[in-house]
Amino acid sequence: MNIHEYQAKQIFQKYGVPTPRGIVANTPDEAVKAAQELGGEIWVVKAQIHAGGRGLGGGVKLAKSTEEVKQLAGEILGMTLVTHQTGPEGKLVQKVYIEEGANIADELYLSVVLDRAAEMPIIMASTEGGMDIETVAAETPEKIIKVSVDPAYGFQGYHGRELVFGLGITDKAEQKKMIAFASKLYKLYMENDAEMIEINPLIKTAEGDFLALDGKMGFDDSALYRHPEIEEMRDITEEDPDEREASQYGLSYIALDGEIGCMVNGAGLAMGTMDTINYMGGTPANFLDVGGTASAETVAKGFEIILKNPNVKAIFVNIFGGIVRCDRIANGILEATKLVDVNVPVVVRLDGTNAAQAAEILKNANIDNVIAASDLGDGAAKAVAAAKGEA
Amino acid sequence: MSILVNKETKVIVQGFTGGEGTFHAEQCMAYGTQIVGGVTPGKGGQTHLGKPVFNTVKEAVEATGATVSMVFVPPAFVGDAVMEAASAGIELAVIITEGAPVRDMQAAKACAVKNGMMTIGPNCPGIITADECKIGIMPGNIFKKGNVGLISKSGTLTYEGANQVVNEGYGITTAVGIGGDPIIGLSYKQLLQMFQEDAETEAIVMIGEIGGDLEIQAAKFIKENITKPVVAFIAGQTAPKGKRMGHAGAIISGSAGTAKEKMDALEAAGVKVVVSPAEIGKAVKEVLS
Repeated sequence: MNIHEYQAKQIFQKYGVPTPRGIVANTPDEAVKAAQELGGEIWVVKAQIHAGGRGLGGGVKLAKSTEEVKQLAGEILGMTLVTHQTGPEGKLVQKVYIEEGANIADELYLSVVLDRAAEMPIIMASTEGGMDIETVAAETPEKIIKVSVDPAYGFQGYHGRELVFGLGITDKAEQKKMIAFASKLYKLYMENDAEMIEINPLIKTAEGDFLALDGKMGFDDSALYRHPEIEEMRDITEEDPDEREASQYGLSYIALDGEIGCMVNGAGLAMGTMDTINYMGGTPANFLDVGGTASAETVAKGFEIILKNPNVKAIFVNIFGGIVRCDRIANGILEATKLVDVNVPVVVRLDGTNAAQAAEILKNANIDNVIAASDLGDGAAKAVAAAKGEA
Repeated sequence: MSILVNKETKVIVQGFTGGEGTFHAEQCMAYGTQIVGGVTPGKGGQTHLGKPVFNTVKEAVEATGATVSMVFVPPAFVGDAVMEAASAGIELAVIITEGAPVRDMQAAKACAVKNGMMTIGPNCPGIITADECKIGIMPGNIFKKGNVGLISKSGTLTYEGANQVVNEGYGITTAVGIGGDPIIGLSYKQLLQMFQEDAETEAIVMIGEIGGDLEIQAAKFIKENITKPVVAFIAGQTAPKGKRMGHAGAIISGSAGTAKEKMDALEAAGVKVVVSPAEIGKAVKEVLS
């Protein structure tokens, strides 16, 4: 689960990680009120969406008067912001963060993520803040400092020294501030079961202070049960409504732009099925994993969600039953044809646990547009043919 | 021959008396696995499925001599359960549980390594040595005895791959589902080495997915160490590029983790790479004939 910048900064502040002061606003008038409350002569109006690259996309603007705050907030609120991380459809801006201006002397980069290979968190820092860090990593990898922290022993002094000397910070007072910053960030990463924290840029002010000017945070979904206060930060408007509806039924759904709807058990086989459809000359309309506990009801729901997509010309149900029993899926298909108007051909391949019973159920039901397939290749070929109207 | 487990292997079940634990322990016993007991705290002294229940793994190991544990405890307690197994002298923990917090698995894995315990999973179908020992949730009847070793991140693709190998007239020595979570136990490298050393295994099927760089590391390892033929499939060639918030993930490994990148690396290592999982069986036939 991801959260907004203003929410990440609330967590930063709780742990004593310094940030500029700011207030979130839902309307231009609230934005003006926020600016007045913050005081000062310069403010930054920042679109709150779950994606990076907001500045380049026109979602971060500088205001030098409260009139300008109002005007910019009015422009940004309600705009569909397209950045290199939102996809071409962009994201609707529903909140802005009004932040006091900062006196920027230098821009740095700092992040904490899990290093899967080392199996421990890694802190990454760079002097090249404010830039696209992937470009920095590709072109000047020596400018990225990486420090692994073993949670068994925690953040030690040497981790801090490697960071500050690596960043070329020589002033003693500044070193101390930066080490405290990184150590607190590591602490909050661990204590909140974060998956990722990225601050780009982390600024040094003319006064020699370090501030998180931006903040992105993502969390381990499996650990949210022990962080109800973070779960509360969930912004459902950032999530795709169909994906969300599917998840309520234990289905994992992602819409794509092809013609063949897919219903598969297991993420790997679901991707493999999409790959096979593609290989056979068709295009998958979605990724749908029915999971390990599929029932007649969830399968019916799956059909309903797939068929909401008007581009779907055929459906391929590909189940290799291990935990999922094929007879349940077969009953789900029957159930679905009663509940939902399944108006496209459905190619069904059921293999594994109780496959013979499932075949019997479908055969006896004798539904017009259900086409039986013997294996994955056969099923994909039949689905591609059906989508082309050749069935 | 086979790797890691066989008909002599003594297995306990952690989370023995729960719904999942009971159903799958029963299936494993029916397959021939030597389930010698189980652990459910507070139910020690009872008998379940005709086997003794213990309060702690330590007691279970002392009483039964078990060396492997199949873990079915709920996600919130799985880290604790794995550490308990490691400290009790279990040699291999097969962790089926899905949805374990990453931080807990990180600590559990570190504890396992320190105690010399191997782990498989979490969030995986388990391990099966055909006709001898099934420790996990896979449908056992697919896995006919033969000469092909199988390693897979994905559960259902394990079944798909094994089924095709069998339909082509070959069979399986041992199949291992390693899981696709951020922190996993045994991975491609260690298992490839075990299959390389296993006299009975003549070819290896390796099934991967987009994300991470384990398959890239495996490709390097195969080039230098594996002389047996390897067939590989990487799922997710048509998966859309994920919508991401930050960039940090891809920077650590220097790899974007795309299917193409992995397929190219494996091909360069001499692996027979198939573009559809429907081709796995045929490819195995090709490398073995």
